[in-house]
Amino acid sequence: MSLAALLVLADGRFPAGGHAHSGGAEAACKAGRIHDAATLEDFCRGRLHTAGLTAAALAAAAALGIDPALLDAAADARTPSPALRTAARRLGRQLLRAARATWPDPGLQQLAAAFPRGAHQPVVLGLTARAAGLGPLDAAHVAAYESVGGPATATVRLLGLDPFEASGVLARLAPELDSVAARAAEAAHRALREGTEALPAASSPLLEIAAEVHAGWPVRLFAS
Amino acid sequence: MTTAPPVPPPPAGVRATARIHAVADGRGGTALPLLAGEGPLALRRTRGREPEEAGVVLVGAMSAPLGGDHLTVRATAGPGARLALASAAATLALPGRTGEPARYEVELDLEDGASVRWLPEPLVSVRGSDLRVRTRVRLAPTARLLLREEQVLGRHGEPPGLLRSRLTVTRGGRPLLDQDLACGPGAPGGWDGPAGLAGHRAVGQLLVVDPAFAQDPPPAAVLGEYAVATALPGPAVLVTALAGDALRLREVLDAACRTYAR
Repeated sequence: MSLAALLVLADGRFPAGGHAHSGGAEAACKAGRIHDAATLEDFCRGRLHTAGLTAAALAAAAALGIDPALLDAAADARTPSPALRTAARRLGRQLLRAARATWPDPGLQQLAAAFPRGAHQPVVLGLTARAAGLGPLDAAHVAAYESVGGPATATVRLLGLDPFEASGVLARLAPELDSVAARAAEAAHRALREGTEALPAASSPLLEIAAEVHAGWPVRLFAS
Repeated sequence: MTTAPPVPPPPAGVRATARIHAVADGRGGTALPLLAGEGPLALRRTRGREPEEAGVVLVGAMSAPLGGDHLTVRATAGPGARLALASAAATLALPGRTGEPARYEVELDLEDGASVRWLPEPLVSVRGSDLRVRTRVRLAPTARLLLREEQVLGRHGEPPGLLRSRLTVTRGGRPLLDQDLACGPGAPGGWDGPAGLAGHRAVGQLLVVDPAFAQDPPPAAVLGEYAVATALPGPAVLVTALAGDALRLREVLDAACRTYAR
């Protein structure tokens, strides 16, 4: 694997459209559930161990070469909120555009043809990692990092939180992030033998509920 | 010289399986050729809500999986059969002596045209308990399902135990819903925080699968700050709700049931 390729893919400046999504932070800030660095950290930790773990495992499984159509169906079943399914497909479509331009690859080509309306973002992420010469654990790390990086950056904009404090939150989560990525990659290897049911389905009812509430707002800063 | 008798292993928890098989009786009703409780899983036949439906209630000591116990409920509904499953009382997850988790598995298989209502009373995660619930539902494409799950964290004013509950539903072999909730001390970090339960002590889901939704999908709706009805990728609606306590949770799910379960 190439450490540099991993940095390119995980860079917040990689043009994949992630900056338009708050990962649920906008709804949580508005409701007062996130109001400072400590509550942001708790939010990110909860998201990491639920949606983050699930996304990381899907990404690792895609990087391992498991059929993207099966993974996309597994992602759908793990995302009861239509607002979140729509956001995941939109993000997947945007990532695929950037990825195909960055790492031309027949696997990405086929994915675009099979999912004209976009596949779930973690599935695209896994195949992108594969195209970039990265492995399942790398893909899991990127997905897990995105699951907390998005809300942390968004909260800086939403609350005017000190960016140093937001970076501190991410740094403190690093050990847990590593262990989530490792568990995700392990589950992906199991799914290779046992099927997609072996992938984690860790869920947070509140994230699903809040995403639907948020989608109904007339004015929003973030798409999700 | 004789060797000392081997020390007997500590008693393992209870293992019990309840089996139910429902079939259409050919006269518009539903028969139960298999209705077999075991150990603490006692089954009672009841009248269904409608004449076509057979009713079964899980009674009594269903109410207490202790650490180390492994309880399984396995129900199948043959083509066109209609079955209602309920429990007589709340299920209390209690701590065991060994520190082993308790396991509670529910497996429902619905064949074409079958209809099952699985509406158990709440599951209460008592302080010090460790319960893993695994619910698997396999639906034929024309089967109908109404399923309710309610989890309550601790008895009144009591901190909860550790509860992990995974619900996997497939329809025609394709995944429809897969959710895994972990909460209580020992659950991964943030379970009670702003991306977790945020202090709520009751969480529940109501799942309605009805092939008629394919033509006539029900409207998705925000039912409150902490409750929504969402259309799943298939002819199904999932109501997800958080509430302060079991009573308020049931109110939300009952109202949703009147709206979505036809």
